[in-house]
Amino acid sequence: MLLNPAIMALVLVSLVVCSMLLLASGFAIQVLRHWNIGSGSEQQLVLERRTYLISTLLIWAFGFELMSLLLFIYNAESMSGQFVGAMCATGVLNVNGWGWPTLMLKIAVFFCGAVWLALNYLDNQGYDYPLVKYKYRLLLAILPLVVAEFILQLLHFTNMDPDVITSCCGTLFSSQAEGVAAEVSGLPPRNMMLLFVITGVIVILSGLRVALRGRGSWWFALFGTAAFAVALTSIVSFISLYIYEHPHHHCPFCILKSGHDYIGYILYVPLFISAALAMSVGVLSSWRGIPSLTLTVDSIIPRLSWIAVMCYLLFYLAAVWSVWASNLTMVEVWL
Amino acid sequence: MLIQLTDIKKVFNQGKPNEFWAIQGVSLEFEPNRVSCLKGASGSGKTTLLSMIGCLSRPTSGRIQLGERLISSLPERFLTDVRRHTFGFIFQRFNLIPGLSVLENIMLPAYPLGLPYKRLVATAQHLLHQFNLSTKADNPVEWLSGGEAQRVAICRALINDPQILIADEPTANLDSKLSYEFMGLIDELRQTGKTILITSHDPEVFDSAVVDRVVEMHDGVVLDSSLKDVT
Amino acid sequence: MMWLFLRKQKYLIDFTLSSLLRRKGKSLGLLAVYILIVFMLASVTLFTHALRKEAGLMLQASPEIIVQRMQAGRHALIPADYLQRIGRLRGVTQKEGRLWGYYYDPAVKANYTIMTAGQVAAPLTEIIIGTGIARARGLAVGDYLTLRSQNGEAFSFEIAALLDEKSELVSADLLLMSPQAFRRLFNVPEGVYTDLVLSVRNPREVRKVAEKLTLQLPDTRPILREEVLRTYDSVFSWRQGILFVLLTGSILAFVIFAWDKASGLSAEERREIGILKAVGWETADVMRMKFWEGMIISLSAFMIGYLAAYAHVFYASASLFEPVLKGWAVLYPQFRLTPFVDGLQLATLLFFTVLPYIVATIIPIWRTSITDPDAVMR
Repeated sequence: MLLNPAIMALVLVSLVVCSMLLLASGFAIQVLRHWNIGSGSEQQLVLERRTYLISTLLIWAFGFELMSLLLFIYNAESMSGQFVGAMCATGVLNVNGWGWPTLMLKIAVFFCGAVWLALNYLDNQGYDYPLVKYKYRLLLAILPLVVAEFILQLLHFTNMDPDVITSCCGTLFSSQAEGVAAEVSGLPPRNMMLLFVITGVIVILSGLRVALRGRGSWWFALFGTAAFAVALTSIVSFISLYIYEHPHHHCPFCILKSGHDYIGYILYVPLFISAALAMSVGVLSSWRGIPSLTLTVDSIIPRLSWIAVMCYLLFYLAAVWSVWASNLTMVEVWL
Repeated sequence: MLIQLTDIKKVFNQGKPNEFWAIQGVSLEFEPNRVSCLKGASGSGKTTLLSMIGCLSRPTSGRIQLGERLISSLPERFLTDVRRHTFGFIFQRFNLIPGLSVLENIMLPAYPLGLPYKRLVATAQHLLHQFNLSTKADNPVEWLSGGEAQRVAICRALINDPQILIADEPTANLDSKLSYEFMGLIDELRQTGKTILITSHDPEVFDSAVVDRVVEMHDGVVLDSSLKDVT
Repeated sequence: MMWLFLRKQKYLIDFTLSSLLRRKGKSLGLLAVYILIVFMLASVTLFTHALRKEAGLMLQASPEIIVQRMQAGRHALIPADYLQRIGRLRGVTQKEGRLWGYYYDPAVKANYTIMTAGQVAAPLTEIIIGTGIARARGLAVGDYLTLRSQNGEAFSFEIAALLDEKSELVSADLLLMSPQAFRRLFNVPEGVYTDLVLSVRNPREVRKVAEKLTLQLPDTRPILREEVLRTYDSVFSWRQGILFVLLTGSILAFVIFAWDKASGLSAEERREIGILKAVGWETADVMRMKFWEGMIISLSAFMIGYLAAYAHVFYASASLFEPVLKGWAVLYPQFRLTPFVDGLQLATLLFFTVLPYIVATIIPIWRTSITDPDAVMR
């Protein structure tokens, strides 16, 4: 299966991102060892110049990573024709045990990358590189994730056996099946809807609190992450049903197809952006205490929070709209 | 804005066999609204000292204070920011970019500040007018004579309205008549409130009546920094 | 805030455009190589993709299940009463026998594919032919084509119509005649067919039906359309992959070329960067300027290369690949592929061309950008 161009591209991107991060980490270790902001020695000047290289490498690397997340899903979608039983991306991810973990890792790396870039931006605003050691340690922590993603993805692609009959969204997300996916789709929809609405209200209120008062950033980050998880679960549990207008079709990928007006993008893009921003707001707010950052933190946090709140609103409106505009009535099925 | 240097040292190739101490402990003060000249043979460290004052490089040790602000340990990003707003530079070889027009060359230092284009062009044309270059605005810089190139370089140095002008061997490529004219321009600029620092080993410059103060350097140390008698 | 940022980027783009134009020779050289790489890869992708799509469309019209009788491991004629023996299977909406075969025409040294169709007006004397055959034999509607039968007799057929040019890729060598004419020409007795076809409406039932068939008619083998489609899918992406692997060499050469171009700055360029740094540009500004330079080059190369490949494949019928494909058959179809572009394909191409360029230039750009601001004073 490695000879499929899209797969070759994905493996290539992972390899490139890995090497970029390895290179950046090598420099980061030198920076951690020899950093001395007070000194004007040539070594310090060299290290300061390296920070530009590290930043550039990482901006590109995380950018590539985001694109590879999209490509990974597109590719899974397009490969569904090559496996018995696969009708969309779900079936391809199910071909072996590595598909879903790869996707999860890609999403995790996306959020880590977003937080790192936010931290990097903040650090660049302080005249004394206040976060330099912290952000490079974080980079060293992200590195294993990226390497693991590369390995899992490679395993996923090399272990694809077209003769294995895979299970697609119909079976995976049916309430009768076993496993996490089935648990998720088998959750009582009424409770799920309730939880969805509650987390939505809480996250928007806490976001507004940060945006207006500049307080409770960590709560916002926490609620944002929780709302993200609940939202993903809700998409599988009930939102997708309304979009497909089919009481048993729980697939989280088919909503990205043209047949459903690409509604998936209107749901996922704001959701991912807002969750990444909420997490960044939480992390950034912890550095208000550093004198060279206070001003920046105070001006940037409300701005990020506003964008995050807007994106959450967009997501919830799109979700509510797709439920409301649907011809499906679940009353008989659920009550 | 007062410039204070305290025990400035600068070393190149530290720890290597060709280690070289370009500046070996210089303490100086430059008063605002004066024309000061750093005088010395080439290799005396005057250009290195000037580049540290002008935020082009950082001292290995010592403190540089610009008014209230300590700039000697700022990272490049912020050093550049200070430099853009505070200093204008005139280089020995003019250092205009060939292929660009006079106007474009003058506006180059302002690009990273992101000012509105109309305002930028207006400022540049005002400067060109001030230095009798209005007719040359759209010419490529290759067509300029030495004196004109020098004046374009001055315009470029002034585009961000800096308080301090730094000129490195400004007359090295000019004949004595043009050098004299140049010192006249410097005098005019001083009268508009600029502080001016010049390095030179040209008597036309350091013996000029325009210069208030001559600092003589040799092998990275200051020999003499007396205030000239203004007669 | 936003405007300030956008204006800065605009200034950087202006500057980078003018400096690209000032060094036309160097920029054009790089651009030409870049375009060539995009063109090659895009041609391969667009071509194989369109072929695969075409094949898929063709199969879409074919029945869900084909039943062939096997005798000693070889495909044999199937008796018509098998249709009765199949009986009523749940999910099968339609079943019928088909007659088809090949005819070798020594005059043009080519094989025709002969199929039967009901819509011929005069069953024994009229045929419909594909444009490939018409071209090879110089025939038009109303002309006569003589075919030699199994036992040496010559049959003359009038050409009633030509097949639609749009489907030429699959129909170039096709010849349609009535079942009666087919049986006479090839001496196929009544009561047997080449194979049987079944239509199954619900795709989920196809496998069930096939299982039942193998139990009921143990001497037959069912061929499923989805199976064929899957094989096509993987064969085409595999072929594309092989071509990509072959092109990896040129991509690598391009990466080295780009690295070399980005790091081998002329003295003049070096001085220019030095001046920019000296007059107040920061390392990040220079890097951003160089970023825009890379984007401008990449996007123009990608667009030009992609459009050229598009024209090559869909308007010039991939004429550069023609010599390779022509080996297939004498009746080479003069096809025009249906244009087909998808996001995955574009993204894959971007990853194979723009990404290597960007990665190759990151370090050279950084090296250039950290030029000492006081370098011009030394």
